[in-house]
Amino acid sequence: MTPLRVSIFAAAAALILLLVIFELIRRRRLQERYALLWIATGTVILVLALWRSLLGKLSDAVGIAYPPSALFILAAFFILVLLLHYSTVISKLSDQNRVLAQRLALLQRRLEERESADERHT
Amino acid sequence: MAESATALRQELREQLVTQSRVLVIVPAFNEARSVGGVVAELRAFDPDLAVVVVDDGSTDDTAAVAAAAGATVLRLPYNLGIGGAVQTGQQYGRDEGFDIAVQVDGDGQHDPRELPKLLVPVLAGDADMAVGTRFGGEDGYRSSLLRRIGIAVLARVVSMLVRQRVTDPTSGFRAVNRRALELFAGDYPHDYPEAEATVIAHRHRLRVLEVPVRMRPRAGGTSSIGGIYSLVYMGKVLVALFVGLFRSYPKEVG
Repeated sequence: MTPLRVSIFAAAAALILLLVIFELIRRRRLQERYALLWIATGTVILVLALWRSLLGKLSDAVGIAYPPSALFILAAFFILVLLLHYSTVISKLSDQNRVLAQRLALLQRRLEERESADERHT
Repeated sequence: MAESATALRQELREQLVTQSRVLVIVPAFNEARSVGGVVAELRAFDPDLAVVVVDDGSTDDTAAVAAAAGATVLRLPYNLGIGGAVQTGQQYGRDEGFDIAVQVDGDGQHDPRELPKLLVPVLAGDADMAVGTRFGGEDGYRSSLLRRIGIAVLARVVSMLVRQRVTDPTSGFRAVNRRALELFAGDYPHDYPEAEATVIAHRHRLRVLEVPVRMRPRAGGTSSIGGIYSLVYMGKVLVALFVGLFRSYPKEVG
């Protein structure tokens, strides 16, 4: 069984995490779509911290002798998923950035051409 | 290439003059020292050539030098890398209705007098893309050992993928027709695009032809790839090529 103090500490940490996420969304500093994974992380850790028998069964099932370790492994797993998610977000942003830069270069040339044509006419 | 170079040049010049829809794309990143010469040389070779210099976020006078030499200049707000720069030129070519686009590097490695060798097969409809190779036996091209190994490995892989012999998979000296131009304007690989572009063209059922050309040492600037980066480059391209095998491509581009 998970020691009670570990459960209390983990539950408190998960609660604080969820509160911080909530506050960030409220201040519009975090978009909901990027908060979903974070909320899932905080919720799963909170549930497993409070529902101590479930954590015990889960760690038994995968052969982890010390249940709190399962909590850490789970947290580490969520962090990996979050990082991978950010890599995809960065890839998408850099793609959009490239398209934007290219279109800017093409439009800028057109504008300069138009301006120099106007100058010749006037 | 049975005909003599002068005959080819003559034939090409006539075609160029009558059609006048050939665009030369010159990607340049901090190449103020050499890009003016490259543009002047291209215009001296054929005044009817349209030359667009893509200034890839240079911090020197590349754009001004290119414009002064008579090129159209596209200025990218920040450095995109060779792939993004070349694609910008291709998008310009597509939007302006050019029939053929040929890429010439801004560092002076590519000799305009070799252009007919690339343009003639594409103009004649023998190939959708013609790539100049420096390993055709015409010269003694020198580069670092790591770089040569990287190129050799890529050459083997690309040859296998496109089922024809490719000796210089990283050569940027290449001409494409309208079909390939439209393809690449919409979908061109990032970072180090040449090897991937060859495979993409093949998978879109475009005919790729390698042509031996003479290349010169760079006139200015430094290569974007050197030393240990040759291996990083090779790794990145190999991953891209491998994953690309599992993408679906249209059976026909039409």
